Amino acid sequence: MLKIQNLHKTFNPGTQTEKKALNGLSLTLNEGDFCTVIGGNGAGKSTMLNAIAGVWPVDVGSISIGDTDVTKLSEYQRATYLGRVFQDPMTGTAANMSILDNMAVAARRGKKRGLSWGVTAKEKELYQDLLRKIDLGLEDRLTSKVGLLSGGQRQALTLLMATIQKPQLLLLDEHTAALDPKTAKKVLTLTDEIIKENHLTALMITHNMKDAIAYGNRLIMMNDGHIIYDVCGDAKKNLKVSDLLAKFGEASGGEFANDRMMLS
Amino acid sequence: MNIVTLLNAMPGAFAQGLIWGIMAIGVYITFRILDIADLTVDGSLCTGGAVCIMLLQSGHNVWFSLLIAFLAGMVTGLVTGMFHTFLGIAPILAGILTQLSLYSVNLKIMGKSNQAINVDKYHLLVSLRYIKNVAFYKNTLVVVAIFLIVIIGLLYWFFGTELGTGIRATGCNGNMARAQGINTDFNKVLGLMISNGLVALSGALLAQYQGFADINMGRGAIVIGLAAVIIGEAVFRKIFHNFALILLSVGIGSIIYYIVYQVIIWLGLDTDLLKLLSALVVAFFLGLPHLKAKYFTKVKNGGATNA
Repeated sequence: MLKIQNLHKTFNPGTQTEKKALNGLSLTLNEGDFCTVIGGNGAGKSTMLNAIAGVWPVDVGSISIGDTDVTKLSEYQRATYLGRVFQDPMTGTAANMSILDNMAVAARRGKKRGLSWGVTAKEKELYQDLLRKIDLGLEDRLTSKVGLLSGGQRQALTLLMATIQKPQLLLLDEHTAALDPKTAKKVLTLTDEIIKENHLTALMITHNMKDAIAYGNRLIMMNDGHIIYDVCGDAKKNLKVSDLLAKFGEASGGEFANDRMMLS
Repeated sequence: MNIVTLLNAMPGAFAQGLIWGIMAIGVYITFRILDIADLTVDGSLCTGGAVCIMLLQSGHNVWFSLLIAFLAGMVTGLVTGMFHTFLGIAPILAGILTQLSLYSVNLKIMGKSNQAINVDKYHLLVSLRYIKNVAFYKNTLVVVAIFLIVIIGLLYWFFGTELGTGIRATGCNGNMARAQGINTDFNKVLGLMISNGLVALSGALLAQYQGFADINMGRGAIVIGLAAVIIGEAVFRKIFHNFALILLSVGIGSIIYYIVYQVIIWLGLDTDLLKLLSALVVAFFLGLPHLKAKYFTKVKNGGATNA
């Protein structure tokens, strides 16, 4: 489903702030894989997701989604294949537009936008049903501006928007990190349900090692811009947080200094 | 200070307000929908006037002249859009560059800095002379009001379509728009073109109305446009929520601006100071949300909950 080969990306090359963010990254995801991604700060997790989404071009390497080589496509062109949820709840939705407008914009991802109506009456009912399912009381607020919603509501909405059109690959970039624990749990459960229901292929970055083990069928650990550990199936199910910590210490030369990972 | 003088000046102020209202709606599209302060308008207003007058002088039909003026305005928006999206120049600077280059272009269109047109010799759609003692359907106030309403209707339809909704999303949140497959560069260019097309159309009507096109006719236009947007919003924000009504409020804002302008002149203020005054008023209202947030926000218990 996703095939990444030998990706390299250096930010600010030739300057003092030069940063090798991706360093020979390769990854193949199979159809239906729900893969969690962990790693320390600066390991290249978000950079990998941004490279797949086409936020900027990579220096070296190739990316294919399904049968399409998307390496040279721009961000908006790749959106045809991708659903995305971001770390910041503000990023995934348009604050000054209504819930209805946001969902209608998302429903047309990958389609040509012409001069027919931006929202039809039929869609309205469909969206209302979808919102009712996530049980956040949004189904009666279709015409409310998204800016009035809480962070958790916005992330749940972004998740719905990313999956209204079934994406070939769902990218979740620490989408619960900015939420309080209770809301984070709710959004995470919703994520799991949506992925299972629609048999989606997904990549989910998380800082929470327990979540990384509990969710999905595959886990990868990144360090220094490439993957250092890749585990799936039963081996993954039986993982413990201590195993991951040990693995991390081994790979990064004993230096394990990420407070956020330790705490969570 | 004879009140009759003021009352006599009112229809003219009303007409000017209506004509500039079309321009202000163009500014609304860039400033509020695309979130770009587009300074192209100071040049494209004159481009519209110049193109229209030159075509009329060479014997073309008034409707044809207006259409070409509109298209010329769209080209100026295209140039600013390409400066911004293709060359990556900040939008405000892109607009300034186009505006400056249009000074030369407008001079070349007119051949000199001022071109007059006589309402007695040419068939014009609007004129200073068509305000009083003229058939109803020929009255400039009626003609421009119809223009304004048709334009608002068309924009209401357009921004409700898939394409128009895409432009709104682009201006509201570029990241979200791109993630949903919207070509934000294309949409910005399209928005700038529509906006400057309207501004040029307004310039074409203004040139007919005053009977000449002048190289300086667009100077400070952006400030007048912003003033109209701000006045319209301030007066009608609480009652108008529908997009068409918001556009209408911008048009009304422009009319209010010109009525206040007339009153100030009537009060005997030095007209040299008018631009200074306009700029200060606009600066105050643009700064108001910031001032409110900084100095007049009450801290609630528990702080921000809207994470």
